[in-house]
Amino acid sequence: MIEIPWLLCRLLSWMLIAPLLPGIINKVKAWVAGRRGPPVLQLYYDLARLWKKGVVLSNLASPGFVIGPAVAWVAILSAAMLMPIGPVGAGLSFRGDVLLLVYLLALARFCTAWAAMETGSAFEGMGSAREVSYAILSEAAIITAVLSLSVQTRSISLVTMLAPTAGAGAVLLAAGLFVVLLAENCRVPFDDPNTHLELTMIHEAMVLDHSGPPLAVILHGASVKLLLFSVLLTEAVLPMGELGPLAAAGVLAGGILLVTVGVGLVESLLARSAFRRVPLLLTTAFLLCLFALLIAWKGGAA
Amino acid sequence: MSGNLNLLIGLAMGLNLLALGSSRLPSLIRAMSAQGVVLGVMPLLLEQGRLDWGVLLIALATMGGKGVIIPGLLRRAMRSANIERESEPFIGYIPSLLIGTGGTITAVALARALPLLPEHAGSLLVPGSIASLLTGFILLIGRTKAISQVCGYLILENGIYLFGMLLIRTTPLLVESGILLDITVGVFVIGIIVDRIQRAFDSLDTRKLTTLHE
Repeated sequence: MIEIPWLLCRLLSWMLIAPLLPGIINKVKAWVAGRRGPPVLQLYYDLARLWKKGVVLSNLASPGFVIGPAVAWVAILSAAMLMPIGPVGAGLSFRGDVLLLVYLLALARFCTAWAAMETGSAFEGMGSAREVSYAILSEAAIITAVLSLSVQTRSISLVTMLAPTAGAGAVLLAAGLFVVLLAENCRVPFDDPNTHLELTMIHEAMVLDHSGPPLAVILHGASVKLLLFSVLLTEAVLPMGELGPLAAAGVLAGGILLVTVGVGLVESLLARSAFRRVPLLLTTAFLLCLFALLIAWKGGAA
Repeated sequence: MSGNLNLLIGLAMGLNLLALGSSRLPSLIRAMSAQGVVLGVMPLLLEQGRLDWGVLLIALATMGGKGVIIPGLLRRAMRSANIERESEPFIGYIPSLLIGTGGTITAVALARALPLLPEHAGSLLVPGSIASLLTGFILLIGRTKAISQVCGYLILENGIYLFGMLLIRTTPLLVESGILLDITVGVFVIGIIVDRIQRAFDSLDTRKLTTLHE
């Protein structure tokens, strides 16, 4: 059974690489602003510190307060296992695994929102409401993007879907998926990860009452999700299947780095947009993916 | 060649949606002028083989007229009338975007069913033209500021221009330049009218222009 150690090795590399991304984003932001900024490995230190701390539990909260983040973390890591990584393929692959990916991400969101509402805090309820209402639009965009890839390649398995380039609609798809990445990972212009004002928070407001290991799990899950989306974006746009193994690995790493730096630049140059403008932005992302779908469909017919 | 042309028309369709989604008047004007420039490049691509001075003149006049002169006139009218830049819509931005997208997709699907000449079958000229017409209509109906309605009218005209691309070999130069001159004068006049409306009513909101005064 060579499968099990191989899977564990993949899991470990996903878990270890993911916290690097927020560090890079913060470094880019600091660099643009002319500051020195926190070290790239800051999130690792934070996670280690949180892991050693105790948990403050409200007597009102049910076990769901702890189970929620745990389930969300497992769901995101399982979604990461489905994601093919360039030359080495996916950890798990079967027909229709792309649907499971979408639903695992939805499950993770549901569990975070559920755990947030356990303590009965008004701010966390507000944050959950915002998160879920934006998710309606961004999920529509993801499903459309996935649909366009699947029409393009006539397959519903992630490994074959992500191998070729997205064709003529690649630019549209890239723009759409990038906006979705920003929205899903609570980045500027949708949410400000550094905000300290509860009224303007989305994701941060949901985790206000969590502490210690559950908070560490939530933060780590968020960074894995960011890595997952950057891998998805890079592989959807670039023709990974046509490159040699070494070149593909290099291109993938470069693509992820580019996406991360892009997020950092967006965050430095844009302000968080007003809440009433967010649906418009997400609808635009949905439409971009819809037009990519249209091009894939029309190109396939001609 | 057809690929490049389709790319330009796709760009024009994207600018349609940008115009529908933009809430500020300057960005609406910018989208419209960019579309004008894109349309101006098209005759050069269509007539790549035999580039004569007539086609070149049409292209330059379109680019200059729609990309520089008309937007300049509109911006000047906006500045002199000193109006707010936010355009309060009747039809919200998201609904109008969705209607515009639905219309664009319908236009693409519809154009396949139309009996076109074989040389036009693969191109996006007809769907692009129908989509621009629709965008123009939505802007005309759905916006309250006179300037955004002018932009809607100009995008509608861009749609007609796209349709005219089908006949580029048979339409005389005189007709093209006549149309261009007409709309330039039209926008010039509208610029003056906008100024007058602003002075008389202290607003460019067309909702207030429904009753006649003695």
